Amino acid sequence: MKKTFALQDLDCANCAAKIENALNNLEGMTKATVSFMSQRMTVEAPDDKFDDLMKQVKKTVRKLEPDVIIKA
Amino acid sequence: MSKQTKRLIRIIIAGAALLGVALIPRLLGHPLTGWWELGAYLAVYALIGWDILWKALRNIIRGQVFDENFLMAVATIGALCLREYSEAVAVMLFYQVGEWFQSAAVNKSRRSIASLMNIRPDYANVMRDGELVQVDPEQVAVGEQIVIKPGERIPLDGQVVEGSSTLDTSALTGESVPRKVDAGKDVISGCINLTGMLTVQVAKEYGESTVAKILDLVENSSSKKAKAENFITKFARYYTPAVVIAAVILAVVPPLFLPGFPFGEWISRALTFLVISCPCALVISIPLSFFGGIGGASKQGVLVKGSNYLEALANTEIVVFDKTGTLTKGTFAVTKVESKLNSKEELLAVAAYGESYSNHPISQSIQKAYGQEIDRSRVEKAEELSGLGIRAVVDGKTVLAGNSKLMDKFGIAYDSPDTAGTVVHIAVDGVYGGYLLIEDEIKADSAKAVEDLKKVGVKETVMLTGDNDAVGRRVAETLHLDKAYTELLPADKVEKMEQLMTEKSPKGKLVFVGDGINDAPVLARADIGIAMGGLGSDAAIEAADVVIMTDEPSRIATVMKISRKTLRIVRQNIVFALAVKAIVLVLGALGFASMWAAVFADVGVSVIAILNAMRALRVKNG
Repeated sequence: MKKTFALQDLDCANCAAKIENALNNLEGMTKATVSFMSQRMTVEAPDDKFDDLMKQVKKTVRKLEPDVIIKA
Repeated sequence: MSKQTKRLIRIIIAGAALLGVALIPRLLGHPLTGWWELGAYLAVYALIGWDILWKALRNIIRGQVFDENFLMAVATIGALCLREYSEAVAVMLFYQVGEWFQSAAVNKSRRSIASLMNIRPDYANVMRDGELVQVDPEQVAVGEQIVIKPGERIPLDGQVVEGSSTLDTSALTGESVPRKVDAGKDVISGCINLTGMLTVQVAKEYGESTVAKILDLVENSSSKKAKAENFITKFARYYTPAVVIAAVILAVVPPLFLPGFPFGEWISRALTFLVISCPCALVISIPLSFFGGIGGASKQGVLVKGSNYLEALANTEIVVFDKTGTLTKGTFAVTKVESKLNSKEELLAVAAYGESYSNHPISQSIQKAYGQEIDRSRVEKAEELSGLGIRAVVDGKTVLAGNSKLMDKFGIAYDSPDTAGTVVHIAVDGVYGGYLLIEDEIKADSAKAVEDLKKVGVKETVMLTGDNDAVGRRVAETLHLDKAYTELLPADKVEKMEQLMTEKSPKGKLVFVGDGINDAPVLARADIGIAMGGLGSDAAIEAADVVIMTDEPSRIATVMKISRKTLRIVRQNIVFALAVKAIVLVLGALGFASMWAAVFADVGVSVIAILNAMRALRVKNG
């Protein structure tokens, strides 16, 4: 399953790169991309693990950039 | 007041305060000393840097050490400890200027691309229970009728039921000449209705309509990253820690071995390192360049589905064209009528009746040339003879219409005109009646397209076609293509592609250009698949990596130029940023570069790189 989310207040390019790296290191992640330019995050993971993984994703984003809000 | 304006005001106030603290006491002849001096500078420092310090602290608590806030905090607090007060405040001030500039630049280019893609319809006027109601386009179902008034944007794809008008398609195609539509014509969402009122029967729901697909495509294009982008992300991961480690070594090791120097001097040099340790200039300017390039291309009616494709286009070596619909219009027209009957009109009429039950493009072109209503009751027993033509009984006479093989089969002598078009021979009751010549017109800009591709350095231009050899060769010769493979079945096309793929150099890319209808496997097999005339054709938008919305093959060279320009900017930025940083690092280690130089190396380079990146958005016409 592949889902795209808007990231609000993602205001530094290096942070976007850091979030992307961290998300790709999560267990079970097929592929994650964070685009600073379009302020979007794409998460791709197997269907059965997706919901669990999204919790991890949210946690990671909050840890790296507390100001960023994930919008569906 | 926006967040940005607030930040700018803070920067200006802090800048003025810094100048005031540094100059006024001196001008008054009473330089600040001791605690007074520290206090004054600390006040300005707090004003400009409190948020950086707060973020640094918060991130340390969360276990995120190597982050630019932390580095800035360490560098400036270190400078304060060394009593380099004005440097400390200036570093913080310039860092904030750089940050402000970055977000301003990014917002500006995002906005300009958004306005470019400002095709999202706000509402639809839908007919419900005999009344016209305004609803969200997403709530309109297939089959409902919508009304579009002059000046409104067409919200959904559909077919005109009533009315006639002209449409401005420029937001989708970059084409400035308005398109005429009337009842029976298909219209696509995103166009603006200019002159008349149209009633349209909705053919696709919003999520499936052209406008939604294009927006989706553009918005997702930056998730497919170019190699250069991935390189920078990786590089940034090692660069910052490496510079920080170097700074620590610089602060600790030399004083142990070089007793002549005081600790303070080396710490000051190490702090200079920290100021340059942020890879911001690269991390921001490279995606910005690609984003700008993709935006610039869409301004020209070319949608590129990802930075990786834009990057690859620069190395195009071989361009393979499909013929029909790509180099030619894909619409057949009768160009010559050679009659042995009483008149040309009579031959055309016989042919039109004979072919009236076929919906093959060729028979349709004959119907069109005949131009009159067909009275189907005059036709009996029409049958299609596969690969040969048609046999039908018209007004009691047996009409044969087809190729030379058909004439051979029935033992009818025929003329063999020396032309390359498709020849349809006609025989009535076993007697040869003449032939019609049918040709597919070459697009107006096909020749320019091939010429431009050669100019931008494409080594080989190839045409693949399922059409017959004579027709294919003639088109290839007219357009000066290097190679042409004709009479190919779909499977042969893939095979030819495989063969061509082996002929290019390892870095070179092969581009396939098709109309996206029958060539999905070939589009997928090529390094870069370009679909022509993507408007309305879902298959094309989905299978291709690049979609040319204007139907003009000459846009391939245009997008290649954009690709080259983007990569040039990316390379300039990488080299420039790394070179300046490396030089300042070396000078800093040797004690020749002050913290001021380091601030320039960081913020100055970012600003210049961003300004350079924004050039990618500007595209010359043609």
